[in-house]
Amino acid sequence: MKILVVDDETDIQTLFEQRFRKEIRQKLVEFVFAFSGEDALNYLNHHEHEVVLILSDINMPGMSGIELLRQIKQKHLTPPPVVMMITAYGDAENFNMAKQLGADDFLTKPVDFNLLKEKLKLVS
Amino acid sequence: MYLEIVLAFFIFRYLRKSLPADALLQWDKIFVGGMALSAALVVMGVMLRDNTQITKWFTHAMLLGLIYLVFKQKELAPAKQLMYSILPYIALSVLKDLVLLISPAFSRDMNDYFETATLFAIIWMIAMWMITRKQKKALEKEKAKTLEIEKESRIIESLKAALEVQVAERTAALTQQKETLQQALDELKATQAQLIQSEKMASLGELTAGIAHEIQNPLNFVNNFSEINTELIDEMQQEMDKGNLEDAKAIGNDIRDNEQKINHHGKRADAIVKGMLQHSRSSTGIKEATNINNLADEYLRLAYHGLRAKDKSFNASMKTDYDESVGTIQVIPQDIGRVILNLITNAFYAVAEKKKMLGDGYDPTVCVSTKKLAEKVMIAVKDNGNGIPQKVLDKIFQPFFTTKPTGQGTGLGLSMSYDIVNKVHGGEIIVDTEEGECTTFTIYLPV
Repeated sequence: MKILVVDDETDIQTLFEQRFRKEIRQKLVEFVFAFSGEDALNYLNHHEHEVVLILSDINMPGMSGIELLRQIKQKHLTPPPVVMMITAYGDAENFNMAKQLGADDFLTKPVDFNLLKEKLKLVS
Repeated sequence: MYLEIVLAFFIFRYLRKSLPADALLQWDKIFVGGMALSAALVVMGVMLRDNTQITKWFTHAMLLGLIYLVFKQKELAPAKQLMYSILPYIALSVLKDLVLLISPAFSRDMNDYFETATLFAIIWMIAMWMITRKQKKALEKEKAKTLEIEKESRIIESLKAALEVQVAERTAALTQQKETLQQALDELKATQAQLIQSEKMASLGELTAGIAHEIQNPLNFVNNFSEINTELIDEMQQEMDKGNLEDAKAIGNDIRDNEQKINHHGKRADAIVKGMLQHSRSSTGIKEATNINNLADEYLRLAYHGLRAKDKSFNASMKTDYDESVGTIQVIPQDIGRVILNLITNAFYAVAEKKKMLGDGYDPTVCVSTKKLAEKVMIAVKDNGNGIPQKVLDKIFQPFFTTKPTGQGTGLGLSMSYDIVNKVHGGEIIVDTEEGECTTFTIYLPV
């Protein structure tokens, strides 16, 4: 399963690679990283059918997670990827907006990796 | 002879009239007597028509007495002039009569000379009389003038006194006004100090949300990496137990890398907290070696997240172009930080306003750049907002000038920035704007 992680913090790559080191080693998941909404869209345009799940932060400079979500849902990618949004604690406004735009699931910062792993099992 | 008597009469009359009242008292009787005597002499002259000698000599005696009196008495000095005019005529008249008395024959011989001399004496008398009159008139005029001047000077004197009273009143009023103004100025200064503090607190308020966000992220990394490290240490021990030293070493390397990340993010959070404290604390006023790029970047992120926290729908691209050779320069970090924060907050505000107007298709961008120049460092904050209208451009650095709606801006941000850069650091702050297109604020700080 290919997962696209979108966040403006570059260390998120190391973090995910370490948190999922066993799963990666067992080839259960494959991670790709984009450090902005624009980068993420660009990647999706070139690898249309590969990504199964998109995990995106909302607060990002430039294109925000919300805007990215809107564009992904407009593009009707096949198969439609699961989009999981990471919202800040108590940020009801962005939560509702993302829900309205068709976000499939939510995670609250700070990310609970055990919970994320559970969710991933359900997706695959 | 009659001429002499008439003359005497009029001189008495003149003296009586011209003397001042207090001096007249003792002389009045004499003058009245003189006048009466003159009248009596006329009568006597008419009655003793055949023998004029007695009347003549009475007249001479009277006139000579009069002349003597005038020359002798100081009070009568003003009449001296008059005496000079009649003296030749009287003297001649006396001489003529004297000669006639002594030698009638000689007198007859000399008659022509006497006639001529008498004529001259009369001309003299008339001329003197006229000159005296003229002089007297001039004198009177002069006197009147002096009186007039005295009167005027008295008026001036009284006016001066009135004026002085007025000046004193005005001075008192002014002094009171000055005191009132001084009090108002003191109050204003106190208010200004309060406003500066509240401006600082207002910008801190804008930052709080940004700070929370900025601290949250590094803390998440710290927590996550330390949890991972705990797991990794367990794994490493397992590998070591199995004798897989190579794998154990690899895990050890990962642990060390993660440890570095923990340290990095811990420091990041630390810097943010320090920055926040610095911002809220009153300026130390002490210049310190400060990394300008770090300072600019820190406030760029704080401002961005602060605005995001207030307006969730807002977003903007941040571009940075830091010249690494800028390094550290001596500045008061809190103050310059405030300036940078201010410019960045304004830039974000400008692009947010334009985004509200234009919506999709407009890409709000704020660019922060630094550059090392000869003997100075440049910090530029550029936005592609609506620009600053020409008509307010020269007011933007004035205290309390703001284009923001009431309650949203103190109008002190740029004026304080100007003071900090120009007055405190001896630098320059320059604005360059194109209406509807962009605005660039550039700070030059001496190295």
